[in-house]
Amino acid sequence: MSQQPRIVFEAIEASRSFDVSKGPLQRVLSGEGRRILRAVDSVSFGISHASTLSLVGESGCGKSTMARLAVGLYRPTGGEVRFEGQNLSAARAQPALRRKMNMIFQDPYASLNPRWRVRDIVAEPIRAFKLLQGPKDINDRVGQLLTQVGLSAKDGEKFPHEFSGGQRQRISIARALSSEPEFLVCDEPTSALDVSVQAQILNLMRDLQNRYGLTYLFISHNLAVVRHMSDRLGVMYLGRIVEQGPAEAIFRTPRHPYTRLLLEAIPDISSVGRRRTPVGGEVPSPIAPPPGCTFHPRCSLANERCRTEKPEHTRNDDVLVACHAVQEGRAV
Amino acid sequence: MALLDVIDLVVEFPTRRGTLRALDGISFSIEPGEILGVVGESGAGKSLTGSAIIGLLEPPGRVASGQIQFEGSRIDRLSPAQMRPIRGRQIGAIFQDPLTTLDPLMSVGRQLVETMQTHLKLSDRDARARAVQWLEEVGIPAAAERVEAYPHQFSGGMRQRVVIALALCAEPKLVIADEPTTALDVSIQSQIISLLKRLTESHGTSVMLVTHDMGVIAETCDRVAVMYAGRIAEIGPVADVVRTPSHPYTEGLMGSIPSLEARVERLRQIDGAMPRLGAIPQGCAFNPRCGRTIARCFTHRPDLMPAGATQAACWLVGGGAA
Repeated sequence: MSQQPRIVFEAIEASRSFDVSKGPLQRVLSGEGRRILRAVDSVSFGISHASTLSLVGESGCGKSTMARLAVGLYRPTGGEVRFEGQNLSAARAQPALRRKMNMIFQDPYASLNPRWRVRDIVAEPIRAFKLLQGPKDINDRVGQLLTQVGLSAKDGEKFPHEFSGGQRQRISIARALSSEPEFLVCDEPTSALDVSVQAQILNLMRDLQNRYGLTYLFISHNLAVVRHMSDRLGVMYLGRIVEQGPAEAIFRTPRHPYTRLLLEAIPDISSVGRRRTPVGGEVPSPIAPPPGCTFHPRCSLANERCRTEKPEHTRNDDVLVACHAVQEGRAV
Repeated sequence: MALLDVIDLVVEFPTRRGTLRALDGISFSIEPGEILGVVGESGAGKSLTGSAIIGLLEPPGRVASGQIQFEGSRIDRLSPAQMRPIRGRQIGAIFQDPLTTLDPLMSVGRQLVETMQTHLKLSDRDARARAVQWLEEVGIPAAAERVEAYPHQFSGGMRQRVVIALALCAEPKLVIADEPTTALDVSIQSQIISLLKRLTESHGTSVMLVTHDMGVIAETCDRVAVMYAGRIAEIGPVADVVRTPSHPYTEGLMGSIPSLEARVERLRQIDGAMPRLGAIPQGCAFNPRCGRTIARCFTHRPDLMPAGATQAACWLVGGGAA
């Protein structure tokens, strides 16, 4: 690639916190202050046109909150989220830009209205954005979309309950594509599916990306799936991105101790009978994260500095890592 | 002698529209100290196999034919009263969701003491000391204090450790672990799997590990049974099933799993989905999704046949193609 690829989506120091305090009276009675959960904490990344950036991490790391920030379901409480060079709320005010982003949700059972026929579900964005007029044009387009995702045009007459989990996820994808988007946010799109069906959906998403030049923000807890899908990767821990860069570089040489832990922990079919030393500890509560580097209680490389001072991102080749040990060369 | 022998087991669910055959002639055995993995997609019958063995089939499900033998004697025809001393004492169980397994109104120590005293002759004091020991053994920090704690005071990973202690505390010879790590994050999953493996090894316990995660099976088990539509498609030593699968379904399944080792342009995919119970095709149940069918696949159902180091239920390996 000679020319600089266009940045479709950008998060600049984006933060989102939630007030999880008890009620005012209870706070007075118990003498507690407000409690703020920082679900996403100064996260910055950009996704260039027709590429996939994945965010990976364990439950509670803030990846789904980031997905919601990216499509405007949440507003950031700090920093900025930009789409096509414009602030997201400004971009979303323009229907022409708003239709260019869409989302695929995790649960194909909960994200489709059970009382609507599939053709109405898929046609809803077309109608909402007035992309086509007249029932015949809309019907033809729906049939075309359903065929594209591997269903048949006749399936439009059916209701969601007549489909299996994998087929429902295809319907979700058809709906997401119906507004002719450029940018899709996929929040764990295959984690409710069986592996053989997961492979079908992942292949479909790759094919669609190649054909239409789609840009994906892909959220998953499954590193093997992420490796298969991503061009770039961000590893999240307690609301922050601890390591980000080209996916291949991170998988080849993971630098941050948490990335290493995740990669070490995953059972893989290529590791028959592997003996492992399990990693200790659990993810701390995001309401009261540990001071300094939030990973230090589980990190074997932690020293005094890690316990007190929050690490900044430093660049190693193409990879940004937020770790004192890596920066000081203590991580070998 | 094998610890557990399942012979031609058939489990049926009578419904208004006819009888559904959820397990259709399953045979396998588990040796003392062995870890057998059972893997398959949702609805393949893997959990049902576990429930049938511990006598917890949900009515109207019933064992229609076949046998389940534990240490040489049949346990599939026992009354609930006869089954009770076996369940827990001889065969323990670990389920997916630790929160529904534990009693929320009882401290974890009390639950351990109750379980041990039901099955073993122990004084209150000994039982309590053993309860603390078990919590220590499963890696609960400050076990002596936390023995009085209630399940909601533990995190998900810690709860699953308590469940493992509960399943093992009456020292059963076989543990049926049904998706024990599915509800947990990967870093916790690896802790729980190592714990389960270490404890069952040190106590000589056999395990039947039911999961949909082939990675967990590959790392943990000695042998694996791959289930498809209520039957075993392939069974054999885990290394052989993973590296040189004989059944086209196993082959497709292995190819469809994204690997950490290498990135491929396209995952191998098995088109279609597993048939529903009421609509299992004639012949081999996999025939609509199989790319290598021969005439016989559509008329006759294959049984397990030796295929290299494993056994596979496929006419292609059984000489049907020759």
